[in-house]
Amino acid sequence: MTTVPVNMTKKPEPHETYVHGHHWRSAEDEKDAAKLGMWLFLGTEALMFSGFFCAYAVFRMLYFDTWHESSKYYLNWKIGGFNTLVLLISSFTIVQAIRGAQLGRKMMAFWYLAATNVCALTFLVVKLGWEYLPKIQKGELPGGFFTYGHGPAGTTHDQVFLGIYWVATATHGLHVLIGVFIIGWCMIRTMKGHFGPKNYMFLENTGLYWHIVDIIWIFLFPMLYLVG
Amino acid sequence: MSADHDVSFLKPVGDYGQGGVFSAQWWRGFTTDFWRWATTLDHKKIGVMYLCATLFAFFLGGVAALMLRAELFEPTITQQVTDAAGNVVTKTTGELFPGWQSTQGTVTTNNFYNRLFSLHGTLMVFLFIIPAVPAAFGNIFLPIMIGAKDVAFPRLNLMSWYIYLFGGIFAVYSLIAGGVETGWTFYTPYSTSTQWGSVTSMVLGAFILGFSSILTGMNFIVTVHKLRAPGMGWFDMPLFVWAAYATSIIQVLATPVLAITLLMIVFERTFRVGVFDPALGGDPVLFQHFFWFYSHPAVYIMIVPAFGIVSELIAVHCHKRLFGYKAIAFSSIGIAAVSFLIWGHHMFTAESPAANVIFSALTFLVGLPTAIKVFNWVATMYKASITWNTPMLYAMSFLFNFTIGGLTGPPLAVLSTDIHLHDTYFVVAHFHYVMMGGSVIAVLGALHHWWPKFTGKMYNDKAARWMAVLVFVGFNITFFTQFFLGTHGMPRRYATYVPEFTHLHQISTIGSWVLAVGLFGHLLIFAQSLVGGRPAGRNPWGGLTLEWYTDSPPIEHNFPHEPMLTHGPYDYDLVVPPGWDPADYPLPDPETVRKAHGH
Ligand code: HEM
Ligand SMILES: [Cu+2]
Repeated sequence: MTTVPVNMTKKPEPHETYVHGHHWRSAEDEKDAAKLGMWLFLGTEALMFSGFFCAYAVFRMLYFDTWHESSKYYLNWKIGGFNTLVLLISSFTIVQAIRGAQLGRKMMAFWYLAATNVCALTFLVVKLGWEYLPKIQKGELPGGFFTYGHGPAGTTHDQVFLGIYWVATATHGLHVLIGVFIIGWCMIRTMKGHFGPKNYMFLENTGLYWHIVDIIWIFLFPMLYLVG
Repeated sequence: MSADHDVSFLKPVGDYGQGGVFSAQWWRGFTTDFWRWATTLDHKKIGVMYLCATLFAFFLGGVAALMLRAELFEPTITQQVTDAAGNVVTKTTGELFPGWQSTQGTVTTNNFYNRLFSLHGTLMVFLFIIPAVPAAFGNIFLPIMIGAKDVAFPRLNLMSWYIYLFGGIFAVYSLIAGGVETGWTFYTPYSTSTQWGSVTSMVLGAFILGFSSILTGMNFIVTVHKLRAPGMGWFDMPLFVWAAYATSIIQVLATPVLAITLLMIVFERTFRVGVFDPALGGDPVLFQHFFWFYSHPAVYIMIVPAFGIVSELIAVHCHKRLFGYKAIAFSSIGIAAVSFLIWGHHMFTAESPAANVIFSALTFLVGLPTAIKVFNWVATMYKASITWNTPMLYAMSFLFNFTIGGLTGPPLAVLSTDIHLHDTYFVVAHFHYVMMGGSVIAVLGALHHWWPKFTGKMYNDKAARWMAVLVFVGFNITFFTQFFLGTHGMPRRYATYVPEFTHLHQISTIGSWVLAVGLFGHLLIFAQSLVGGRPAGRNPWGGLTLEWYTDSPPIEHNFPHEPMLTHGPYDYDLVVPPGWDPADYPLPDPETVRKAHGH
């Protein structure tokens, strides 16, 4: 009795038959280019957030006392710290997901991606439920919507601090949300067998995106919650 | 590769039948081609679509400019006069646009004027000149010039085109739905507090356009790094590619800061964040820093690609190796670097004296790489056998105008003179000499230089030369007068002026008509060329860069085989241009070429 080789009985997964774009000389070139492009994109993200960092620095210089007091009064470092931890874990899990794809272990990639998304959603839920919602109820809103009459004694420009807090964290939160969708998309593509040792470019770039989102938070957290 | 890849990228594929425009078959054919273009990943098609859109924006912005000049033909004067019946009445003369009632209140002539110049500025800057060279000419020619089949990320390229369209729709919507009166600079607190018009949607439009610009820049950087033809080292690249590369770096580094700045304005207006609003403890000067941190480099996004164009024009039409290739290449990078350090020169009246001194000193630095380029171009022309066709006339026009524009920069960078010249027509004249006299003239030069290549048709060169002269003369009449207006104290952005300025303003307005006639003439000549131009050969001018090696118009994948580089982009003393046809242009006498290269 002759046996059919195992790999001939099953249809090849898409990643096994991947061909690079027609305008590339090799798959290697294509991958390098995608990575270079992604790094440039990360640069633009960092520069974009640097606008908030500059504004933060300028006003911290102008209204030093306000910055100091507001940070302690309005923000709870424990919540921020918890979220930092969650994001750090997610950075680790997404690296493991890429590893899974590189090793050709589909389910490993899938479940680590899922874990990453759980972390991301935890971050968002904590942010909305324990920070944004109470703040909205108490009127601790940016600039013109700020309810005067409460806040730490002796401060003058809480509304500017909160203004920067809101725009910076909301813009960051939006990036997390976009990440959730991209990672979800990666999960679908993983199940369809698009990623494997020969083709994990998209997954790797998603990982890079996710790292920059984390890194930006790593800057925002001490600036807003700890240093003030 | 199927056979249909070897045909011109412009060739329609739909089956139009014989019934003409009114038959259903014609429309089926049209729909086929329409979808092919709308979903194309071909960089050349995307580039052509960009070209049409940016030129349309140029047209709209130009109409606004003519209206502005028309309003300024006479000063608006309101006086008490005694009419025939002996009653004293108030009479206003010299107003071109009457005011009207809108849902938001009375729109006066002055309001309307403000809207017009804001419309003019935003259209010209964000929708025309920033995307015109990189996104239009860069897309069509950059991949061909480095011997690639396409840009690195074709899908991203298509996406950035749609982002551009989307942003453009926002901008045009804002103009219809009330317009903005803030100027293209959106200075706070006016832009964050005014209830007039549609600042929010306009700013969002500019924000979206910024994304398109970033994506194009990223795409080009990666393309240049990864897709050069075998044998093409960095110093074998045409200078247009170097310039596009330097521009892309500025686009990628500067535009995100504009993005966040504009987003903050939107936040200010919708969520009243107050970071730029002094009433809430914010700082309006911070806005100016953010804005110019982008917008000063942005003026180099507008001019550096023009430098690249001029290098090509001069080399090809002088049939000569460019003098100082590396100096020109590196000066583009030098300009890109310095451009990030001098934004403060727009705010000499709003920042601290110490910052003023630093920014003033740094601003002078940017004159160096710029001057290096101009000297090298002039040195290239020395003893060359120049073909005086339209593209070459435009190169000359560029050198003349840009030098004036560049030399009027230093008086603005000197603190003691800028105090007087800031916010006057001198600044208006300065930046029109660099942006219109430089960039737009270079775009016109590029259009005439590459038209035969991407349409496959020649145009009437003699008529175009006359129009080039008209444009040159009209431009200089329009804007040279404005230097005098500025030094005499005419402030910018006003709908009227004291009667003493009437003569100069009238000369300027008449100049704008001459300019308009010239530009309109070009339009007619191009239209004639599309309909009845004689077919262009592969290499009508005798260029040596790779785009002259492929068909006119280029085939679907640019080259039948991947090109192998065998000579540098400007080796005119070593190789005979490919596809040389003596009917197109006479090859210069070899003896002259030899002498010109100093052998
Ligand atoms: C030697 C080079 C240059 C120098 C030293 C220079 C210097 C300056 C200075 C100091 C100002 C501010 C004037 C004021 O507002 O009081 C200015 C304005 C301006 N320049 Fe230049 N410039 C140079 C080249 C260019 C180029 C190449 C471009 C564009 C292609 C350009 C575009 C502009 C624009 C658009 C403004 C006015 C912006 C506004 O307020 O709306 N400049 N320039
Ligand atoms: Cu500037």
